[in-house]
Amino acid sequence: MPHPFYKWKQVMTNNQPLISSKANIPFYRDERVLKIFAQILSVVLVAGILIWAIINFFKAADARNMTLTFGFLKESAGFPISNPPIDYAPVMSFSRAFLVGLVNTLLVSGLGIIFATIFGTLIALARLSSNWLLSRIALVFIEFHRNIPLLVLLFIWYFVVFGMAPQVKESLKWPGPIFVNKRGIYIAWPRLTETGGIFMILVAIGFLVSFIVFIMLRKRRKITGKDTYYLPASLGLLIIFFLFGLLLSGGTPFQMDIPYFEGNNFRGGMRLTPEFAGMFLSLSLYTAAFIAEVVRGGIQAVDKGQIEAARAVGLSQIQVLSFVIMPQALRIIIPPMISQYLNLTKNSSLALAIGFQEVFAVGKIAINQAGRAVPVFALIMLTYLSLSLLTSFILNIYNRRIQFVIR
Amino acid sequence: MINAEIEQEIIQPPLPPGPLKWVKENLFSSIFNTVTTIVLIPVVFFLLFSVISWVLFSADWRAVTQFPLLYIVGQYPRDQILRVGVILSSISIFLGISWGRWGGLLRSISIAAGLIFIVTALLPVQHPQLDQGMRLYLGSNTILILIGYFIGRLKAIKGSFIAIGWLLIPIFGVVLLTGIENSELIPKVPTTLWGGLLVTFLLAAGGILLSFPLGVALAFGRRSDLPVLSGFSTIFIEVIRGVPLVTILFMFSIILALFLPVESRIDRLVRALMAVTFFSAAYSAENVRGGLQAVPLGQIEAAKALGMSNLKTTILIVLPQALRAVLPAIAGQFISLFKDTTLVVIIGINDFLGIGRSIINSDPEFVQLRMEVYLFIALIYWIFSYLMSLASRRLESSMGIGNNM
Repeated sequence: MPHPFYKWKQVMTNNQPLISSKANIPFYRDERVLKIFAQILSVVLVAGILIWAIINFFKAADARNMTLTFGFLKESAGFPISNPPIDYAPVMSFSRAFLVGLVNTLLVSGLGIIFATIFGTLIALARLSSNWLLSRIALVFIEFHRNIPLLVLLFIWYFVVFGMAPQVKESLKWPGPIFVNKRGIYIAWPRLTETGGIFMILVAIGFLVSFIVFIMLRKRRKITGKDTYYLPASLGLLIIFFLFGLLLSGGTPFQMDIPYFEGNNFRGGMRLTPEFAGMFLSLSLYTAAFIAEVVRGGIQAVDKGQIEAARAVGLSQIQVLSFVIMPQALRIIIPPMISQYLNLTKNSSLALAIGFQEVFAVGKIAINQAGRAVPVFALIMLTYLSLSLLTSFILNIYNRRIQFVIR
Repeated sequence: MINAEIEQEIIQPPLPPGPLKWVKENLFSSIFNTVTTIVLIPVVFFLLFSVISWVLFSADWRAVTQFPLLYIVGQYPRDQILRVGVILSSISIFLGISWGRWGGLLRSISIAAGLIFIVTALLPVQHPQLDQGMRLYLGSNTILILIGYFIGRLKAIKGSFIAIGWLLIPIFGVVLLTGIENSELIPKVPTTLWGGLLVTFLLAAGGILLSFPLGVALAFGRRSDLPVLSGFSTIFIEVIRGVPLVTILFMFSIILALFLPVESRIDRLVRALMAVTFFSAAYSAENVRGGLQAVPLGQIEAAKALGMSNLKTTILIVLPQALRAVLPAIAGQFISLFKDTTLVVIIGINDFLGIGRSIINSDPEFVQLRMEVYLFIALIYWIFSYLMSLASRRLESSMGIGNNM
């Protein structure tokens, strides 16, 4: 018995197929043609706008004395930068000035990221605490910072808190000693003595050696299954190197540099300018509130059964946190954390509003100098873009390592 | 038999814990908790006490109370202030209508707004800017909200009409505020005179309304299978997301002019709005793209099988599901756009924060009062952002999205 469709099939193969790809579809309804046409149109449109813009630029470029070259990078900058973190003078080149700005940006965002992460995690733990009062205080902190603009927070810290700090002669003295006045915060700071270099080198070698030992022993335990005591061994090595360094440097690798009052200003110690301190505090507190929510979400996303199972197996509270909750929560936490770090770095450009001279502020001064607007602006954009791409690249590698391995 | 069994299983729900038990469970459940509580209570009391006593007794609110109109409309000509009043009144009436139609959080907002208007109108203080006419106007806004409420209760009023009305208010507002050249009734007011909350709200509302469609378009562009289109969209999105908003603002306020014909001039406020819009659009695009990825392929195939066209599938099947999935992210983006409008201060536009700053700098006496001014500004921003996040949470739970919080 032939298949009922048998006859129909024959018709199909003997005659023309019912729908032919060669059938006469007019070209304006043919999807393939339309797609190519749409692409050509968009290229022409974008290129047209760009060319039009560039023609406009060159028409007026001579009158405005504009250039598109980067030759000025070697010329002397000609403007001062207050409290540069690296050596700088107005006679130095513009690229040096830009580097000063870059160091300032990296300094404030790097320190901000570290502080915001630690503080944000603490706030998240407080928010999750079983103590009602502690949890409410954390909630108030989070809601306050999440719902006001960063610029307002920055103004409050810079103009109100630091702006109302006492005069130099009436400096506040906090234990430490830390002195706070209009010119900034003065902190006692350990400085290397003459023999301190040897100590630092030995400690650095110690870190390297113990890290290698740590990795090797841990690998061996994974292969052989025998406990190799990798943690105590590497820690012991580090302590040995530390003590050895202390011995070689004669016991005093560091000396506390304590700020003291002389004439009409403080000397010595570490001085944080009000601009830096205001920027750092507002950036990191603002971001900490967001990080707290990220961490809380990550911890709460861990299945309750996991925690109960771990408790049932007999793990202690700390073991549950470090071996069960955190490894799983980190997978959820890391991606939004990366975007918070990037936000913090980009937000550091608000420093322009209070005169902390990071990349954008330095660039702004140069923009106002004649004729350099476009190249300087391109430089600023490129800097931020590469910072963003670099950060997300590094953290994505880490993120890939920490994710579940899917067979 | 079965009935008896069921009856047995109905157990009384546990009674809410008494206050003593609550305190024991939430404040003194362990030694560590007890210590924490005992340490925290005096700290909290001290902070609350000093904050309250500062607000009530030591703080000097002159810099805030002396110029209410400056904070609200900036330098907008005082003889033309009625135009702002017309817009505010239309917002009041639409707020009332929405309350009548939907209730919920809108009810609380409307009641709060109505109370604020009537209380301000009846405030027993002498103030040069709170004259008879102003009091009458503010009081009438409360009545307008109530009238709106009763209009909203009418069956004939559809939700879509109200939504269109809300969309039209900003457009109508901008036209009314700008005015018409050589007009007797509404002469042109240059945007350099606009300021205060007016500018903040215009930038935020304009940014949200313009950036969202652009963001949806960019999201579709990035997912398009046309390499050129997706390439352009990706570059646009990634470049804008890679740089700070301040950069974009400067690009539009300084660099853009260099690439336009010499004689053309784009208004300062429009340039700021463009910058905010493009910036927010790139972020919205990524949010929407996440939603588009969450729509199961089967939905699109089913729509195609039913014979829907591409456009219909997109608008009726894909977008509603995609937007619903990422509503929290979109709402968060709008809140951060509202907060980000403060950055226009840096390019010299007097928004709410900018007005505060210029009031402080206008008088050496007020420089000492900057704490009050900045805290007042922070409070106002806080209230509006918090309301927005509250509204988004209500909307989420009414649409059944998200299970936490």
